[in-house]
Amino acid sequence: MSTPVQMTPPQASKKPVPVAQKEDAMLLQKAMINRNYLELATAHQRGKKVAATFVPGNLNELVMCFDLARSLPETNALQNGMRKKSGKMIMDAERDGHSEDVCTYVKADLGMMLGGEVGPTGDPLPRPDLLLLSYTGCFTFMKWFELIRQKYNCETTMLHVPYQGDGKISQNMRDYVVKQIKENVIPSLERVSGVKFDIDRLRQYMKESAKAEEDLVQVLQSAKKRPSPIDGYFGAVYYIGPIFTAFRGTTEATEYYRVLRQEIEQRVREGKGPITPEGEMAEEKYRLVVEGPPNWTSFREFWKMFYDEGAVVVTSTYAKVGGVYDFGFRHDPEHPIESLAEYCLGCYTNLNLPQRIDMICKYIDEYQADGLLINSIKSCNSFSAGQLLILREVEKRTGKPAAFIESDLVDPRYFSAANIKNRLESYFQMIKQKRTAAAGAVH
Amino acid sequence: MSQTVAQIIERCQMLFDDLHFTSVKEWKAAVPGRKAIGFMPVYVPREIIHAAGMLPVGIMGGGDQLEVIQGDAYYQSYICRIPRSTLELGLTGRLDCLDGMLFPSICDVIRNLSGMWQILFKDKYVRYFDVPQNYQDGVGGQYYIHEMQVLRDDIGRLAGKPITDDALRASIAVYNENRRAVQALYKYRAAKPWQAPTSEVYLVLRAGMVLPVEDYTQLVRDYIAATDAVARPMRDNARIVLTGAFCEQPPLSLIKSIEMAGCYIVDDDFMLVMRMLFDDVVETGDPLDALSKSFLHRSMQTSSKYDESKKDKGKYLLDSTKLNGGEGVIFAAPSFCDPALLERPMLQSVLNEHKIPYTAFKYAENTGQMAPIREQAGTFADSIKLWSAA
Ligand code: SF4
Ligand code: SF4
Repeated sequence: MSTPVQMTPPQASKKPVPVAQKEDAMLLQKAMINRNYLELATAHQRGKKVAATFVPGNLNELVMCFDLARSLPETNALQNGMRKKSGKMIMDAERDGHSEDVCTYVKADLGMMLGGEVGPTGDPLPRPDLLLLSYTGCFTFMKWFELIRQKYNCETTMLHVPYQGDGKISQNMRDYVVKQIKENVIPSLERVSGVKFDIDRLRQYMKESAKAEEDLVQVLQSAKKRPSPIDGYFGAVYYIGPIFTAFRGTTEATEYYRVLRQEIEQRVREGKGPITPEGEMAEEKYRLVVEGPPNWTSFREFWKMFYDEGAVVVTSTYAKVGGVYDFGFRHDPEHPIESLAEYCLGCYTNLNLPQRIDMICKYIDEYQADGLLINSIKSCNSFSAGQLLILREVEKRTGKPAAFIESDLVDPRYFSAANIKNRLESYFQMIKQKRTAAAGAVH
Repeated sequence: MSQTVAQIIERCQMLFDDLHFTSVKEWKAAVPGRKAIGFMPVYVPREIIHAAGMLPVGIMGGGDQLEVIQGDAYYQSYICRIPRSTLELGLTGRLDCLDGMLFPSICDVIRNLSGMWQILFKDKYVRYFDVPQNYQDGVGGQYYIHEMQVLRDDIGRLAGKPITDDALRASIAVYNENRRAVQALYKYRAAKPWQAPTSEVYLVLRAGMVLPVEDYTQLVRDYIAATDAVARPMRDNARIVLTGAFCEQPPLSLIKSIEMAGCYIVDDDFMLVMRMLFDDVVETGDPLDALSKSFLHRSMQTSSKYDESKKDKGKYLLDSTKLNGGEGVIFAAPSFCDPALLERPMLQSVLNEHKIPYTAFKYAENTGQMAPIREQAGTFADSIKLWSAA
């Protein structure tokens, strides 16, 4: 899945940005991420087993109960994308027989393996002892781990998370996921790790998750303010990093979100806009909602096209890909397994199209956005198939202008900076005109 | 009087060409109140629709004769073609004869299309139909039985009366009969591919997407009898298995091109809905339980289904190649089809292990240029012949 996370925080601006607390959160995150890569690199030497799993609907709290190191192949692909290493990996995978038409996350991962399994930080990545194929919101996940299993013969456990075709989670869906967790996933984790399952340990992690989730929601919803103190897309991918990956449920993650929330609340009190790689954004001219994952290979360049124009993304669907928390869901230590099931079933790409449209319309209203921008990802049918209808419907229902750009997650061949910039510029123009027209109508 | 092959194929061709689904309209008009439910590839338990007295109709895209105008406005260039042509069929009123539409869980494109359908065709019954990827009776089976029960309740409501167990069992029996007929056709073709060229077999299979199952079973049997009655020349063609075409359909001219290039197709994955379940579904006891057990334990391997272990991967393809005397495999996948194209390298590595030659290409349902495919298939057939002569 096209998922955020774990990246080096944006470089501090050339102009000094003396926000000590901001640095606290960033340093905390950086330390966590580096430690996880190191833990992975040394896991086998330390007699630890490694589980690989996907971001959306991941069972991090559960996996931690078995002392397993956690590797997230989407995150590795993303990290390699940001470090401009993914292009070669994708081409290597294509040379190895993978079609140019399929998801580039998969190919970046397979290409990395062909290149000797060196992870994005240069540390070796261990071969997983278990592929935990919990596939939420995307069929490609299933093929992805089948491909890895085919090559490396890893033990695989599958968790089928049904799609919300009817726009709701039925009891049958919930029961099905719960049963699989109890009867398939937990026994596999026990067998591979040699550790017995302890439900109280799970509850403890979930308590931490819920705290962090609450703080994350406050951070993301701070963007309802004017000016928004955060960027809910480019900035949010940093914020969601720990919670969507190997850290949800840890005390470090809880601490990270506590510090982050404080920082953001401070920014709100000071009436500040978001921090960008080039410092604080001066004037908030446009407020946008974005649908679809970002591009990683030219992430900075892409972001710059927004902040240079004074455009802030107030919220994005992508920041919900590893869990939709802003409508009330929290991991519930009182009903741990049921709540894991609920979490898996509720991730963004597991919602049906009408739900996605409702959510975006609600965002435009609640965050007082000027319109919707869709970044359509060539790789990703899960996100992309149907986005043109989303665009039409959202325009129709909100009366706000929407725009459509196309790129890819980690394949640099599909990022055309000039095209995207043009599109964005005319989109901002359009918003301006609409505003003028609206103002004219009032007077 | 028994029909000739030409007559049967002409009828099938007419059904295939008719993008207005006249036969479905006629079936409905014959008895007031009749209803029809569409479904997309690859599998839905049609027994449930049939048991409500409705007609299940397979919607396999628009083919190469449909001009797609509106449908294109809904899809980016890098998404396969079947959802756009299917939307075109819907938006131009060609599917108005359907009272509902089922979208099986096959890939993210069809999955998302189910939501688009809910928005664009608000007055129709629309359901995303999920099948389990967990094959334990108490886990995936329970889930599946519930999903089928929801469908059964919905369809019963649409029909105006609940679907009884007896009706379901009777429908299972009817479809068992149909499965046997279709299997007989596949067996016949594998034994004598010169008597049952795939360009004909394909049209026969497509007829099964629109005809009432009882008529269709008869048609299949008639075709086998008619073609067996008149000997045709046997060629020294390469015997190949075609795989990857389980969803978006190749144009008929592509199938003809492969045959003209010197290949006999001895197995394929067209219209899997008819062969998804390997054998008879139990006709006694709880019918949903019986359908579930067949799906969990006795159903086809295809890309949209999870393989529980590495050793299962490619098993069907391998067995089929051996069983049907296949000498090679053609991977024919729709462009941008993640399921088919991600599956392909895994299947190819299995074939490599068993030294079974293969070739691969992509198509779209409206591919017009057949020369490259003919050439590739021809070269492949020649290499197989050389191989076997060596
Ligand atoms: S198709 Fe999309 S959601 Fe699925 S693995 Fe690829 S990028 Fe992720
Ligand atoms: S052709 Fe492939 S990608 Fe397209 S809808 Fe069918 S299965 Fe999905």
